[in-house]
Amino acid sequence: MRKAQGSWEKRILKSLNSMCTELSIPLARKRPVGEQKELLNKWNEMGTDEPDLSLFRPVYAPKDFLEVLINLRNPNYENGDSLSFRTHLGLIQVPLKVKDIPELKECFVELGLNTGQLGIDDSTQVPPELFENEHVRIGQKVLVQQDSAAAQQYIRQGSPTALRAELWALILNISSQPEDILYYEQLKTNVIQHDLLVDSLIYKDVKLTASNDDYYFVFEDYLYQVLLCFSRDTSVLSHFAYNSASPPKSYIRGKLGLEEYAVFYPPNGVIPFHGFSMYVAPLCFLYHEPYKLYQIFREMYVRFFFRLHSISSHPSGIVSLCLLFETLLQTYLPQLFYHLREIGAQPLRISFKWMVRAFSGYLATDQLLLLWDRILGYNSLEILAVLAAAVFAFRAVNLMEVTSLAAAEAVLADLSTLKVMPLLQIFLFATVT
Amino acid sequence: MSRVLVPCHVKSTVALQVGDMRTSQGRPGVLVVDVTFPNVAPFELQEITFKNYYTAFLSIRVRHHTPLHTPSKWVTCLRDHCLMPDPHSEEGAQEYVSLFKHQMLCDMSRVLELRLILRQPSPLWLSFTVEELQIYQQGPKSPSLTFPKWLSHPVSNEQPAPRLEGLPDPSRVSSEVQQMWALTEMIRASHTSTRIGRFDVDGCYDLNLLSYT
Repeated sequence: MRKAQGSWEKRILKSLNSMCTELSIPLARKRPVGEQKELLNKWNEMGTDEPDLSLFRPVYAPKDFLEVLINLRNPNYENGDSLSFRTHLGLIQVPLKVKDIPELKECFVELGLNTGQLGIDDSTQVPPELFENEHVRIGQKVLVQQDSAAAQQYIRQGSPTALRAELWALILNISSQPEDILYYEQLKTNVIQHDLLVDSLIYKDVKLTASNDDYYFVFEDYLYQVLLCFSRDTSVLSHFAYNSASPPKSYIRGKLGLEEYAVFYPPNGVIPFHGFSMYVAPLCFLYHEPYKLYQIFREMYVRFFFRLHSISSHPSGIVSLCLLFETLLQTYLPQLFYHLREIGAQPLRISFKWMVRAFSGYLATDQLLLLWDRILGYNSLEILAVLAAAVFAFRAVNLMEVTSLAAAEAVLADLSTLKVMPLLQIFLFATVT
Repeated sequence: MSRVLVPCHVKSTVALQVGDMRTSQGRPGVLVVDVTFPNVAPFELQEITFKNYYTAFLSIRVRHHTPLHTPSKWVTCLRDHCLMPDPHSEEGAQEYVSLFKHQMLCDMSRVLELRLILRQPSPLWLSFTVEELQIYQQGPKSPSLTFPKWLSHPVSNEQPAPRLEGLPDPSRVSSEVQQMWALTEMIRASHTSTRIGRFDVDGCYDLNLLSYT
């Protein structure tokens, strides 16, 4: 796995380097004073800027990453030529241990049919006295107590909209001290002083994804303010201690090979890919001060999101999520899986982009926030794979009738009308197997 | 407790198979690794460490040194220790493992020879073994520290040394120094852990290309 991650990183570096040389733009340079002043004035409306980004292209897109994952092979594993019980029918060929539905039921016991859920039991037909009022009351008590562990347990049943921002901050241990605000201002100064190539990639990504989204285009300026500062934040480097990835290195101009002049690029070690800004966009609904939004995003990234684009054997890593999705589909919807495979529409090719983005940009925002509540509550990303399988189960009847990959994609193109919690509940607890 | 590495000689693995090995199709599911200790007297085994490589179950047999001329027999000291909870999947397949004296079924003093029996029932893996095998014996016991006598029996009420002229009262000085020390400890304790986060070198962050090494 580490070898695969290493060679994937090398590909990304090569791609970035070739972009540099083709466009003759340095990776990083100090901004001249005039430009610094200009940027400072425009800080709150960077979205109005229309720089020429046509020559830039994203370093990689999720589908490139999927190809790398598909080609992961264990050299000690028997990959026979003939189909046998040992061949994986899906795209992922690595035999990691994933949970099956009985184990998932045990793990996600609070999502069961007998437990109240926000997202189900707060709908208009259900009188609020049955569940919602009591749940809100408990939530307020948890916030008063400032009990982080209790908040994590509480949020497994969903968070009331009014309490969500504070609950997430409590679970992620974010308390805005004056030094945090100062730290954010320091990052802002770093953005003003140095211009990075990665900035253009971020601009391009925001313009391509969030700006085109009906829900998120209003937050465009916030996204720049968060992501540009994120790239300069060296405290993110500490997460590489538990990430299988390594930050890219570079040398100050003219000092190649001298270790005293070795630096990480970008300063936070994370190269954004196509769709990266969608990790931040939903948070803009909850937090309005840039420094708070920034802290929450940074903590969510170093706890969860980094696992979605690095190769590792962790149960919440993207490889395990893909395998979990494929295994669930094969085991519980074998006819559908077989049919899709026969028509050349491997299900993972469709669901991969959902999982890599944690469904951001695919679900309606209120549903997405309910899903991310559970990610925080269970401290695991496995729910993404379960939801992906549940979506396929929901649209199974239509999918059985399609005859090509394009048609299958069309059936699953629009997820914005889906209600996440009923789908999860039915798939885990109410499907007859 | 300290431990000392015992130099050992690990013989190459021997596969156990039923029937003629040349003609049968399957791969062996049982391997035996013999570990001898040439030039080392029988010792007390403290710890065994190794890196697993797709072995599912491990059994260890030991041969003790027996007095005089009674023949020594092989005794099982670890039976079917599970290294991979699911032999078909990757969990536990490449982990570092430590086994201690207290996990063994029999007494581990005066060890002559060890035999590791590796089992991997799943046909999915091409090979399996254990790597970086290291055996440790009990290290020398750390000598008990004897405290100097004046530490455990503080002498009470010495005659104060005659005060030199012109110098401040030593007890006042010591109490003031103590207060200052308490202040510095307080400041150190409330020191914030947020770093400044410099990513440039002396204000310069001009970079051309990324490095591949």
